[in-house]
Order: sequence, then structure tokens, then C-alpha cells
Amino acid sequence: MEFNWDSLDTWTVVIGGLSAVAAAMPGCFLVLRRMSMMGDAISHAILPGIAMAFLLTHTRITAIMFIGAACAGLLTAAFTQCISKYGKVDRGAAMGIVFTTLFAIGLILIRQSAKHVELDPGCVLYGSLEYSVIDVVQIGALEVPRAVISIGSVMCINVLFIVLLYKELAASSFDPSLANTLGFNSGLIHYLLMMVVAVTTVAAFESLGSIIVIAMLIVPPATAFLLTKNLAHMLVLSAVVGLLSAFLGHLGAMAIPPVFGLEATVSSGMMAVAAGALFFSAWLFSPSQGLFLRLGERREHAGRPLPPTAGEGS
Amino acid sequence: MKSFVDDREAPTDGRPEHPDNIPLSIHDLTVAYGRKPVIWDVELNIPEGKLVGVIGPNGAGKSTLLRACQDLVPKTSGEVQIYGKPYKEQRRMVGYVPQRESVDWDFPVSALDVVAMGTYGTLGWFRRVGKKQKAISLECLERVGISHLADRQISQLSGGQQQRVFLARALAQDARLYFMDEPFAAVDAATEQAIVSLLRGLNADGKTCLVVHHDLASVTQYFDWLVLLNMRVVASGPTDEVFTRENLQKTYGGKLSLLDDVADRLRNVGR
Repeated sequence: MEFNWDSLDTWTVVIGGLSAVAAAMPGCFLVLRRMSMMGDAISHAILPGIAMAFLLTHTRITAIMFIGAACAGLLTAAFTQCISKYGKVDRGAAMGIVFTTLFAIGLILIRQSAKHVELDPGCVLYGSLEYSVIDVVQIGALEVPRAVISIGSVMCINVLFIVLLYKELAASSFDPSLANTLGFNSGLIHYLLMMVVAVTTVAAFESLGSIIVIAMLIVPPATAFLLTKNLAHMLVLSAVVGLLSAFLGHLGAMAIPPVFGLEATVSSGMMAVAAGALFFSAWLFSPSQGLFLRLGERREHAGRPLPPTAGEGS
Repeated sequence: MKSFVDDREAPTDGRPEHPDNIPLSIHDLTVAYGRKPVIWDVELNIPEGKLVGVIGPNGAGKSTLLRACQDLVPKTSGEVQIYGKPYKEQRRMVGYVPQRESVDWDFPVSALDVVAMGTYGTLGWFRRVGKKQKAISLECLERVGISHLADRQISQLSGGQQQRVFLARALAQDARLYFMDEPFAAVDAATEQAIVSLLRGLNADGKTCLVVHHDLASVTQYFDWLVLLNMRVVASGPTDEVFTRENLQKTYGGKLSLLDDVADRLRNVGR
């Protein structure tokens, strides 16, 4: 097995890694707020936002796409809120209604204007990392993929968002009522977070596709949650897990198929697989709550309720 | 239906009767979820420096009353004044201990982190927790007797310890009026004692506490003022005046078995 690692591979990993870090920041709070599905919903629902922005302006200027996506993201959050409040259906169902409808509208918009639109419905789902890498702009002596710039900026914004609003996000996620009584509007923070998710998704989905973005929003934070019980550590760890997924994913996409005599596969897909594998390892081996550890020391904690483990023989 | 103490002025302990001397004044408060009213025409004046027990059957609207006072649920009608002004202007005066089950205790923070949240109000947006806030938080944990658990992740605390963390957080808010939603629910005896002495300490400092309480047997022991609530205020006043069989019957309706449990105690207080 031989590797030909060139600059395209490096850029692939950079784009994947930046997306993963950008997504992991708001993703941690989605996971902690028990609203992981909101990432799913928003990543689909931004489609009509992007399509509308494109149809109205006939440009693919990134800023306009971001505005369209952010609006769609806010609408998703607002509609979900309204439907679950007044429609007498639970939050999950409300989310399902809103994002499938918006996604469908987006698809119709794109199909109807297929002649003059360069958006491809297929690429929405699984992205086009391979093309993102060669779509470059010249910065000084370096050719940098456009995606690196857009995703890199979004990642910086997200990190800044988390650093600036760390205590507000923590308080409103842990105890929204208390946050309100302290004068931090939980609703406002919720919508800010949803906007950040939407913008992150639109920055990353062109390269990675919406499904992989969902994986990057949820899986690295969920993995980090298993490894630490400290919020700040969780944020950092989720970024590390995201970066690792991007690297291992691309490596895997290059290395694994040839073992079976196949051609190298899509890196973005493999990145999500790598993230899943990392989560599984954390679930098994986490030093604080891994499966093995729980099996090992279940007797020592008489006072602390532990979930009953399968195969308890004695 | 009007409570029989409503038309009477609250005891003043010699203090002048000014609205801004009344920690909590509620006028004509109605809260409804959809079309179903939860609390109805509530009139209340709570004098300063009292330990107030809020009692009533399940679904009587006790939590809703506390939440409505803090703008956490929309008021259908009526107004609430905290020391003579609307809640919005008086946030800092108020500390809140929500029900323990209202939050996710798997959240990745330590006991100290949770207590420090009580200082966020004075910090305001964007500013971070510093040494001063940490020192305050540790001191508050000390006051509830669990400063040795400061770095413990909150899911590793017992129910009673979690409740103490919530109380310490309210202490960190350094308020004058405290709303506590069932702080005694499902806690161990040691914690119950710790909470009681904490309440007495707050009382001695002149703070006012509204405590939603379920155990009628301990009411006379813990509280010097009572609000009996069942959608409407059945009675509000000094415990030894309003904790009567008649009022309890009005509040709890036909649930006499429950009342039998306190019959002895009622006899003991000589009623």
C-alpha cells in the first residue's frame, strides 16, 4: 500500500478539519441542550434560504448565501417553537414538519430554476469536497481553496461566539429559567445559537454535504461529552475529535478501499465514519464512564446509581 | 372569593407602611395556560423579613405563582411589585431556587460552576467569572456545608447535595427576596436541617423567603407566615392565625386523609 500525499490531500484535511471545529462549537451546546435534531433540521432547512438568496441576486457571493441561510435557520427555530407551542405536537414532530417542508421547498426552487442555477441537489446531500479543493484563489504566493477562507472565517466567528458568550450559553443551557431571572434572555441566546448553526452549516455543506455536517455538529461533541465532565474541556476535546475525524477520515478514504482492491472513496463520507468510530471507542474506553470501566468498578459505587450493565453475572 | 386577611393591613412591626418596604405585592394576578387558568385573582402582600410557606395541593399553581412573579410565565392579567417596582427593575433583589428536577444534572459543570452562575447577574453580558466570584461561590457553598464538594461534577452529588448547590447559588445572588420551589422535596434529614438553619439565618439577616412546601407536619415549625393557595389565595397571614383546620379544608378540599396526618399537630398548637 503506497501513499501519494500531496497538497490536495492537505487541503482536503484542512477543509474537513476547519468544518469540524466550526461545527463542534455550537454542536456542543446542541448536544447539551438535548436538541441535537435541531442541527439536522437547520442543515436541511437552509436550502430554501440559499436558493432564494441565489434566485433573488443571481450571485453566489458567500455573504448573501450566509444571510439567506441564517434567515432560514431562524425561521426553522421560530416555526418549530410556534408549532410545538400552538399546534399541540411535540418538539420533535414540529421540527420534522418544518424542516422537511422547507427542504422540499428548497429542492423545488432549485429544480425549477435548474437552467440558470449552478446548485445541484445531489451536491447538497453529499457535498463536493473533491471540487472544493481545486476551486482556489491566489493569496500572495499561495493558492488557497475558497472553501478554506469561508469555512475558516466561520470557524473564527464560532470560536469567538463561544469565548464571548461562554457563561451566557452555559447558564441558559443548564437552567434557562435562571438565566432569564439573571437578565440573560434565554430566547435570544437560543436564536443566536440557531443562527450560528445555520451559518456553519451553509459554510460547510458545499464541501461536505448536509449529512456530513450533521455528523460534525453532533458526533464530536457527543464523543467529548463521554470523555469529560468539564464544559471547557468538552469544547476543546470536541474540536480535537473533529480534527482527528477529518484526518483519519481522509486517510481512511485513501487507504481502506485499496485493501479490498477498490478505488479511493469519498473523503467527506469517510470523515463521518471516522467520527462515528471515535465515538464508539470513547463509549467503550472512556476513563470516566466507558463501558469497560463501568463493568469493572460497578461494585465500588454503592451510593451512586449506575445504569444496570448487561451481562451482570454475579 | 377573598381571603379574610386581604382587607387587613399586614403587620408592620413598627415599620412605616410603604409599598417599597413590601418585598412582594401582588394585585389581581391571573395566569392561564391557553384557556385554562392556573392561578386566579391572586392578591398578596408579603411583609418583609418573613419565612413564608406557600402550601396547597398539587396543581394549585404554587410553582406558577413563583414563576409569574419573576416574569418566567406570561401574566394574563394583574401586576406584581417587588419592593414597590416591577420585577424587571428589581431582578437583583430576587434570588430563585427552582425545582431540582427542572434541570439536567448530567450537565458537565462542577458544583462551584453552578453556584458561580448566581453571580452572573452582577457580572452582566460578556464578563467572565473571576477570582472574586469564585471566592463568593466557595463561601456560599461553605454556608450550605458542602464546600469540600466544590470541584465535584454535579451528577456525582446526592439529591440533597444538589439541592444545597441550588441554595448556594441563590445565596450567591445576594438577594433580599428569595423564591424557593420545593427545596425540601426528597432530601435527606441532614439536608433538611441544613436548609432550615439556612432559612433561619436568612431570616435573621432580614431577608424574605417564599418557600413552596409540601409537608404540612413541619409547617408550623418552619414558617412564621403562610400562603394557602388553591388557584386562588385561600388565606395569607401569620402561621398561628391562618393554619386552621377550616382553611386547610378549603385549600385541600375533600382530601381529608391528608389532613388527618396533621390533626395531631393542629391539636398540639391548640386549635
